[in-house]
Formats: sequence, structure tokens, C-alpha cells
Amino acid sequence: MKKIIWLIWLLPLVAFAIDDNALFDDPVLQARYEAINEELRCLQCQNQTIADSNATIAKDLRLQVREMLLAGKSDEEIMEFMTSRYGDFVTYRPPFVPRTYVLWLAPAAMLLLGGFVMVSVVRKRSALPIDDPDEEAESAV
Amino acid sequence: MNLRLFLPVVLFLGLAVFLGIGLTKAKDVRKVDSPFIGKPAPVFDLPDLNEPSASVSNANLKGQISLVNVWATWCVGCRQEHEALMDIAANSGIPIIGLNWKDSRAAAQAWLKRFGDPYVATGFDEDGRAGIDWGVYGAPETFLIDADGIVRHKLIGIMTDEVWQEEFMPIIQSLKENGS
Repeated sequence: MKKIIWLIWLLPLVAFAIDDNALFDDPVLQARYEAINEELRCLQCQNQTIADSNATIAKDLRLQVREMLLAGKSDEEIMEFMTSRYGDFVTYRPPFVPRTYVLWLAPAAMLLLGGFVMVSVVRKRSALPIDDPDEEAESAV
Repeated sequence: MNLRLFLPVVLFLGLAVFLGIGLTKAKDVRKVDSPFIGKPAPVFDLPDLNEPSASVSNANLKGQISLVNVWATWCVGCRQEHEALMDIAANSGIPIIGLNWKDSRAAAQAWLKRFGDPYVATGFDEDGRAGIDWGVYGAPETFLIDADGIVRHKLIGIMTDEVWQEEFMPIIQSLKENGS
């Protein structure tokens, strides 16, 4: 039984690569390839990037990115190619433009609002008149 | 009664209404809007499925209102919408150009023979490159193109009589009225 347990060490061999394309010879291109793939949404499995998804469309788009990189296109040109065909939704990171201000700023705004409410409530509590002599001793912190 | 006590309830109700609208009335966000609506159809030039030496391209779209339907033999939804497409092809007067997407030529030809061919011509896009140019990310998808080659509507999903009547016919009517 103990010998079989040692087979657990072989478990990592079961790991599959999502992207089975050959590595670029040029490490700079490889880095750009990986970075761009993390910025593009898989339109089939929409909560994944094309780097993470093994859907057909993700595979096709990775190949497209690869070819454009080899053809010497810039990152901007590749993103432009994708958004002109699939719209802004294909970019995993939404652009910061008037129609997405709410999307980008709402979390911070809500945090600030919550902070103000909290401070205001705490302030009010501290300002309450002390009736109990024990509390008075406690609140002299 | 201090009215301020009701503030959290009011805020909650406001948020609940807002989210409720989003969950029920808002469009299906899984369907990605096409950036081509109102713009010229993407350029494509594919070999004809049945006649490899002939080509299917934007030339097929000029001069009349037409549909471009993306389909494949492996696509279950395409099988489901096939009858609706046959009906449109036979009765609406709108020609349908097929775009056979990421498929095998032999399988596609056999499929059309077996179930019927609603297309005036079918382009064979084996590697999906033309699909990428059209912003296709799944099948079936159907584009409505006007007589000048401008994309007017895109359906992501299965064509049905209801969808045809409610989404496509109004646009086709107004195109015809405006002399398309």
C-alpha cells in the first residue's frame, strides 16, 4: 500500500498545457504573446482569457495572435484587429472611457461611501451622552 | 419614528430594483454585440463548398438584401434551425449565403444532401479565418446584409420563425421602404 502512495509523486505528469503551440524562438515575442493572450477574452467561455481556455475559438485566436506577432505587428495593431471584429468586450480589461466610468469607479466609490458612513456612525456613538458611571470610566480611553 | 431608520431599507430596495431589472429584462450579455452593424460586411473570398474552383465572396452580397448563415455539421443548433432556413429560402425571397465554418468538405456536402440545401452558395471556411474576420465565435450565427453590402443585424443562436418575424422582418421591411 505504501508503495502505491508514492505514485502520488507522478501526479504532476497529468498536467496538460492549454496552449500546445511551439514556443517562439525570440523570448521577447514569447513574452508579448503571453501578455496579449492574458488581455483577450475567450468569447465562448467568457470568464476566461484565451490563454486559459481550450475552446476552439480561443485556439484560433491564439494562432492569429501568434501569426501577427511573427509578421511584426505591434501590440496595438493586434488589439485593434481583435476589437474591430469582436468589439470592446473581447478585451479582458475594459477601456477607461465615459461609458465605463461607473464600472471602474463604482467599487472605490462604494468603499469611500462605506468608510464615511462608518466614520459618521462611530463619531455619533462616541458623542452620545454617558449615563452610566461605569461607561464613563471605560470611555476615557 | 426616526425616518433615518428606513434609509438602509430604501437603499436596499433601490438596489434590488436595479439588480432585478438587470437579471430579468436586460439582454443576454453572453451574446457579444457585433461591431459591424451599420458597417460594410467584412471582406471574404472563399472557395465554393461544392465547386472548389468557384469563389463565394462579397460579390454574392451586392444588389439584394441577403443573409449570411454560419453553420457546421458538428453544430447541433444548426441542425435545429435548418427547417426555418429552408422555409426562409423557399418563401421569403431573401437569398441565404452559407458560410461553412471549421468543417470537413465531405461531411458538409453530405449533410446538405441529406437534409436539404437552403443556400444559394456556400463558402468553405476550413480554418475559420473568414469567421474571425466576421467576428464569428460560435455556430449558428446569421447576418442580415442590405443591398449595398452593409451589415444590418446579427443573430447569435438558432433561427426560428419567431426570431425571423420579430427581429429580421421589421428591418427588411424598412430597408425595402427606403429603397434598398
